[in-house]
Amino acid sequence: MRYLPHSEADRAGMLAAIGAKSVDELFAAVPARVLGTFSPDLPDHQPEFAVEAHMRALAGKNRVAGDGPFFVGAGAYRHHVPASVDHLIQRSEWLTAYTPYQPEISQGTLQMLFEFQTQVAHLLGMEVANASMYDGSTATAEAVLMARRITKKDKVILSGGLHPQYRDTVVTYLSGLSGLECLTPSPEGQGDIVDHIDDDTAAIVVQTPDFYGHLRNVSALADAAHARGALLIVVVTEVVSLGLVEAPGALGADIVVADGQSIGNPLTFGGPYVGLLACREKFVRQMPGRLCGETVDAHGRRGFVLTLSTREQHIRREKATSNICTNSGLCALAFSIHLSLLGERGLHRLAKLNHARACALADALAGVPGAEVLNKTFFNEMTLRLPVAAAPLVERLAEKGIIAGLPVSRLEPGKPEVENLLVLAATELTTDADIAALADALKGELA
Amino acid sequence: MSMNTQGRPTAPQAASAAAAGSALLPEEPLLFEIGDHDHSGVDLPDVDVSDDRLGGLRRQSPLDLPGLTEPEAMRHYVRLSRRNYSIDSGMYPLGSCTMKHNPRLNEKMARLAGFADVHPLQPVSTVQGALGVIDELARWLMELTNTVAVAMSPKAGAHGELCGMMAIRAAHDAKGQGHRNIVLVPESAHGTNPATAAFLGYTVKSIDANENGTVDVEAVKAALSDDVAAIMLTNPNTCGLFEPQVIEIAQAVHEAGAYFYCDGANFNAIMGVVRPGDLGIDAMHINLHKTFSTPHGGGGPGAGPVVLSEALAPYAPVPFLRRDGDKLELIEHAGAESFGRLTAFHGQMGMYVRALTYMLSHGADGLAQAARDAVLNANYIKAKLRDVMSAPFNGQPVMHEALFDDTFLKGTGVTTLDFAKAMIDEGFHPMTMYFPLVVHGAMLIEPTESESLQTLDVFIAAMRDLVQDAKAGNVERFTSAPRRAPLSRLDETRAARQPRLKWTPLDNSREAAE
Amino acid sequence: MTIRYTEDHEYIRVEGKIGIVGISNYAQEQLGDIVFVELPSVGASYKKGDEVAVVESVKAASEIYAPVSGKVVEVNEKLNDEPGLINADAAGGGWLLKIELADEGELDALMDEAAYADHTA
Repeated sequence: MRYLPHSEADRAGMLAAIGAKSVDELFAAVPARVLGTFSPDLPDHQPEFAVEAHMRALAGKNRVAGDGPFFVGAGAYRHHVPASVDHLIQRSEWLTAYTPYQPEISQGTLQMLFEFQTQVAHLLGMEVANASMYDGSTATAEAVLMARRITKKDKVILSGGLHPQYRDTVVTYLSGLSGLECLTPSPEGQGDIVDHIDDDTAAIVVQTPDFYGHLRNVSALADAAHARGALLIVVVTEVVSLGLVEAPGALGADIVVADGQSIGNPLTFGGPYVGLLACREKFVRQMPGRLCGETVDAHGRRGFVLTLSTREQHIRREKATSNICTNSGLCALAFSIHLSLLGERGLHRLAKLNHARACALADALAGVPGAEVLNKTFFNEMTLRLPVAAAPLVERLAEKGIIAGLPVSRLEPGKPEVENLLVLAATELTTDADIAALADALKGELA
Repeated sequence: MSMNTQGRPTAPQAASAAAAGSALLPEEPLLFEIGDHDHSGVDLPDVDVSDDRLGGLRRQSPLDLPGLTEPEAMRHYVRLSRRNYSIDSGMYPLGSCTMKHNPRLNEKMARLAGFADVHPLQPVSTVQGALGVIDELARWLMELTNTVAVAMSPKAGAHGELCGMMAIRAAHDAKGQGHRNIVLVPESAHGTNPATAAFLGYTVKSIDANENGTVDVEAVKAALSDDVAAIMLTNPNTCGLFEPQVIEIAQAVHEAGAYFYCDGANFNAIMGVVRPGDLGIDAMHINLHKTFSTPHGGGGPGAGPVVLSEALAPYAPVPFLRRDGDKLELIEHAGAESFGRLTAFHGQMGMYVRALTYMLSHGADGLAQAARDAVLNANYIKAKLRDVMSAPFNGQPVMHEALFDDTFLKGTGVTTLDFAKAMIDEGFHPMTMYFPLVVHGAMLIEPTESESLQTLDVFIAAMRDLVQDAKAGNVERFTSAPRRAPLSRLDETRAARQPRLKWTPLDNSREAAE
Repeated sequence: MTIRYTEDHEYIRVEGKIGIVGISNYAQEQLGDIVFVELPSVGASYKKGDEVAVVESVKAASEIYAPVSGKVVEVNEKLNDEPGLINADAAGGGWLLKIELADEGELDALMDEAAYADHTA
């Protein structure tokens, strides 16, 4: 077996040193009736080429996003990742290191996390960011719990523009607790969340660009929340937007969470991604997750360590701010490298390019008879109202090689008001030909 | 006597702090000190979007993100990487973390476009291969654990704990047993266990270990009542021991109407050898990043699928798969019984591909052999060190990790921490320290199956040399360690008292003025 | 003035109706460098044994339990900026809070200096 270094002679010698006759003897504490008394219905070991062939066959059954016109976004976005990013994250020292518990021999990871925290804080316009969360949806749930701890109040209002699977995740995290209010879906960007805020409100949760693509000016919401002692949590699922759209922190957000997938990380069917979580400095001790901080070593040289760890599960156990332990180190690294390559200028240009492609898409869709783009504002994603149900239409177009977008009904089943809605995204990878193919196909279907 | 001083020195120089500035281990400034706003490592057209649809929300606040061209970025991240220890560079005997070799075929497979460039929400008819990976991996997990269902979506071990405990809560609620508000957790448990139970509103009741480091069924029975919802038990436990009464404990827990959550962090000791389902578990998370070799990546991403017994299967979260002939269906919405959704999308696909690749490479025979080798290696280390170090719960064989306490350091002036830091100077990553909490000054060594006999012997020799030196009173070697690392010990007090969590130009000018 | 200790290493120095609460010198030595202190609000009332404050070192967070029942009348604000005061002078400048005793009888159950010295020996 190519991954196991011992020869039979090695094993025999080791057993002799231990003073055991067989390895089975080492399992003496295991009740005999459950020790090796089964034969799993699984294959035995295989050469590398055979495994590769098996996996390639599975991969071959998937339609690759880049193989044709493709317009699905909805929380995961197809962007180009520079070749150097993937090369770097595969270096042994990044890939095969553990959580940096021994700072003297983990300064690479620690300095990277310190840089990552700074980049995230700048991007989101916030004072402090942590060293990453699992993804955007779980980060949203953790932010909600954090706001409840800070305000010592229960009620949390989720806007109707929040990604439905983010909402469902928050609902699950908070099951058993009272005070969660989910507003009905708001595909036209309408929002009456302000009317629901009262003195018992811990936080309101607003996504921008929202699930339907609308940009939300959260500054009025921040004022309304703060007037009642509530916090504003802003959710961003498309972080490339922040190269062109105002940062939530500059608009009064108290906690900002995001999924960082768009920068540095491929789609990979939904994970692993990287959750970003940032907040005002005064809330830092209520933050979940790991934090990296600057300090000095015994010789006075600058170095970095995990810090404020008394918030965490391995020390506070049942009193921890969260049970989170492993997070998304390598995805955070990919994010940080890609963002370093972009820099301010590159990110701004990338964001403009995305917006320009989306404008082209919106214009093309506006020319499809019977269909209506619901967005007055958008970054790179928008909602189209069709005269027919969206889901079967998407299936038909998929058969023709066009992945037309996400039928809202897939995430919001049983709601007739969304049955005809299609959410579509364009990125820098969307070509004029892709857009023309989609518009033509839609015209054909709706004719 | 003629002394030839020409040519290269043949004896190593005493390591000094200056080593950190050398060509092979350069110091590296922060990104913010080398990049600026005019540099970029991507070429993108500067398109005009003056006619934007942003509704007046254009960014006014500064981005303040430095850029690097590609050669600058390569050098920055390569230099930083050299300041990291990693499995590929040496033995990483971090107990409870299973730092085994990460096969590169896994990485290659995860990067196939058919996995990497597939969107979680594209039509289900276009992702049958991705669902096939999940289905196949789930089958391996169920087969290896003798369970009937697996919730695939949890993103890490702690997330899996949340999943399993939520399923338990849902099952109690469904049976009208929602009043059960106590979770039993042994003293030796991982910190995530009590954190998870408390997160769900349970009161944590601690169970003491017996003098052998395991849990007595009588202690469990004494703690069980009509208010107990579950026990969270790690098996093999964090002392590296298989719980000999685990079957009886499971029976007692079930008789009391409670469920058995098993922390599967240590599954590597028994995969393919013992099926947890045969022991009576109801839920167990499996850390794909420990047992099934997906890379730790400096702290994630992980994956923590949870296998479930028949009793808990109905309460599994969405999404899950259903097979309809040749077709796989993805069930994304909860029926009445499912407890909900733990994350957007479908979980850690990139990790599933790697884990499945690992399983196929090993096969059932190879997995069992890996577990047996992991156990053999831990026992070999224990056998070779027990005469000079102090092993608690002596006598019995261990599973895949060897636990020592600090009794052997008594009176030497060397602490467990000092000892661990001195291991760095010998070329090893330290073992897990001060965990589990039930042993004083704990040192938990997990070699995994990946270490060759030669490596183990070098490690053992280094450890014996350190022990001898500590006992001989050479305290300086320990208290000043590490001396051959890029940095010496870091001031964690300063970091915590005046937290600096991001770079600011002000900090640096202040630094310069000091 | 009387000084009493709990088994959990809090001290209370009583002057009239007011007790000054802190952690013992022994406790601060065990904890190591204190990096953060979470203090209660002035005016809040606690029962004996309630968690009233948290003292954090780099490696541990320790709950401080009220040695007696009563109302918090003052907290040591200086600790917010200088938690190290507890290490430097636990019995003096490193005090945590002042509590107005609800029942002086509760002091009888606590240890005096000699008993505490035995307890930590």
